[in-house]
Amino acid sequence: MSKNKKAILSAWDVVNISRHPNRPILQDYLSLIFTNFVELHGDRFFSDDLAMIGGFAEIGDQKVMLIGHNKGKKVNENVERNFGMAKPDGYRKALRLMKLAERFNIPIITIIDTPGAFPGLEAEERGQAEAIAKNLTEMASLEVPIICVVIGEGGSGGALGIGVGDKILMLSNSTYSVISPEGCASILWRDAKFAPDAAEALNLTASALHKLGVIDEIIEEPGEGAHTNYGKIAESVKSSILSNLEIYKNFSVEELIQGRFEKYSGIGKFSVNN
Amino acid sequence: MAWYSELTAIKKKSKEDLWIKCKKCQSHIYKSEWEENLNVCPNCNYHGSITSYERINLLFDKNTYKELFNNISPIDSLKFIDLKGSYKDKYETAIKKTGISESVVTGHGKINNIEAVVAVMDFRFLGGSLGSGTGEKILRAANYAYDNNLPYIIFSASGGARMQEGVLSLMQMAKTCAGVARLNKKNIPYISVLTNPTTGGVSASYAMMGDLNISEPGALIAFAGRRVIEQTIGEKLPDDFQTSEYLLKHGFIDSIIDRKNMKNYLSNVLSYYSREIN
Repeated sequence: MSKNKKAILSAWDVVNISRHPNRPILQDYLSLIFTNFVELHGDRFFSDDLAMIGGFAEIGDQKVMLIGHNKGKKVNENVERNFGMAKPDGYRKALRLMKLAERFNIPIITIIDTPGAFPGLEAEERGQAEAIAKNLTEMASLEVPIICVVIGEGGSGGALGIGVGDKILMLSNSTYSVISPEGCASILWRDAKFAPDAAEALNLTASALHKLGVIDEIIEEPGEGAHTNYGKIAESVKSSILSNLEIYKNFSVEELIQGRFEKYSGIGKFSVNN
Repeated sequence: MAWYSELTAIKKKSKEDLWIKCKKCQSHIYKSEWEENLNVCPNCNYHGSITSYERINLLFDKNTYKELFNNISPIDSLKFIDLKGSYKDKYETAIKKTGISESVVTGHGKINNIEAVVAVMDFRFLGGSLGSGTGEKILRAANYAYDNNLPYIIFSASGGARMQEGVLSLMQMAKTCAGVARLNKKNIPYISVLTNPTTGGVSASYAMMGDLNISEPGALIAFAGRRVIEQTIGEKLPDDFQTSEYLLKHGFIDSIIDRKNMKNYLSNVLSYYSREIN
């Protein structure tokens, strides 16, 4: 019996699967592979951003700090969760929980799924740039292992704000981009309708990013996408998270920090001329 | 008005611009006066653009500046081609036009006798965009400061992350911040100077992480673009939105410093640092 051959998908096909209305989101993985979730709220400064959730959780027999974007299902939930677009308050909550994980000495799992950081007036007023920058800087020297999983859309700085991990995993139909294909098309192609061309050029698929050495692992989705088999994708994500956590079990803090610094120092392609 | 039409007539006749028109107050300023005033309008204090080398000349004591890492240039790693052509053509043109090989110039020298490492971004090079080479130079300069126990100053001027390198550009935000994190750990001062414009992925990384964040007057400092925000909220935004003055009001920068005072301001704040590091 021959294996089912997967159709070769264009980058734009992948973008559409990553945005599929029935694609599993953080709250689905929460109920399927994490147990005893103790949700923690607030940034201790301004509000509790519902686009970003976090708290203590167990995966397998591992106690972790789980943090991630939650887009919500159905329109009313989407609006409540701001479609997974966090404000500075969300990044500050994430940072508070990451520092808590460091104090308690438990690993951090971040689940990334966002169209981008929220581009609103109040977000700008409350320092969207500073909140993300602060997270990037703090995550670089956190003394516990950090595993990041892109399950849907990795929307630029909005994703990276919880994405500076020791390992970056991506679901096979997820995307990670410096700008949305629509945004890129409207600037470089003068028209958002060229989004499919921009998507291709941006190399925003998991396979492209894995080839470029930017991400560490692709988690294969079942059939036509994660939305077709929640149980199967959940098992794959669980197994991947656990095996990556295992890698860091015996790392010293020095090894961990040095390894993370070397990882990010090594990302980028440029020419050194003589 | 007769004098005005004479002025415009003279402007049209000569190829060489005798005057600069201030972008803010629309005054006509003699080019020599503009340049003597450090590309700042003597009428309204609008701070015009300045090249990386011009800024370096203003900043460092004579004959103390040494450039570092100037052998780094872009690569078209994604083979990116858009409506206007290839990324390769774009950066090769930028290199020819500006004489620099990436959107940041790095080096070290003395500022009123205080040795410091400096990275100066140049908006002329692909809009000062943050690409792999930019991030690499900024990190290498940070590492140089770390290894030699020298303060680090970054002058930002950028339209954000460079799209043509995709997520490689995005990751430069994390890479440069990792460099800043190490300086923080060693208690080495890092000063961020935000100049016009400082936006997107640059504002959301090293530019906002200075021990001091200072900026020039009237600089555009933003995360998201004004139009995107207006479309998102469906409202008009305040006139001073995303300016240095707005950020000062909202608590995100320490001070606004005129270009002519920048050198002395920097050496003054650095003089307060009194650690001995081994």
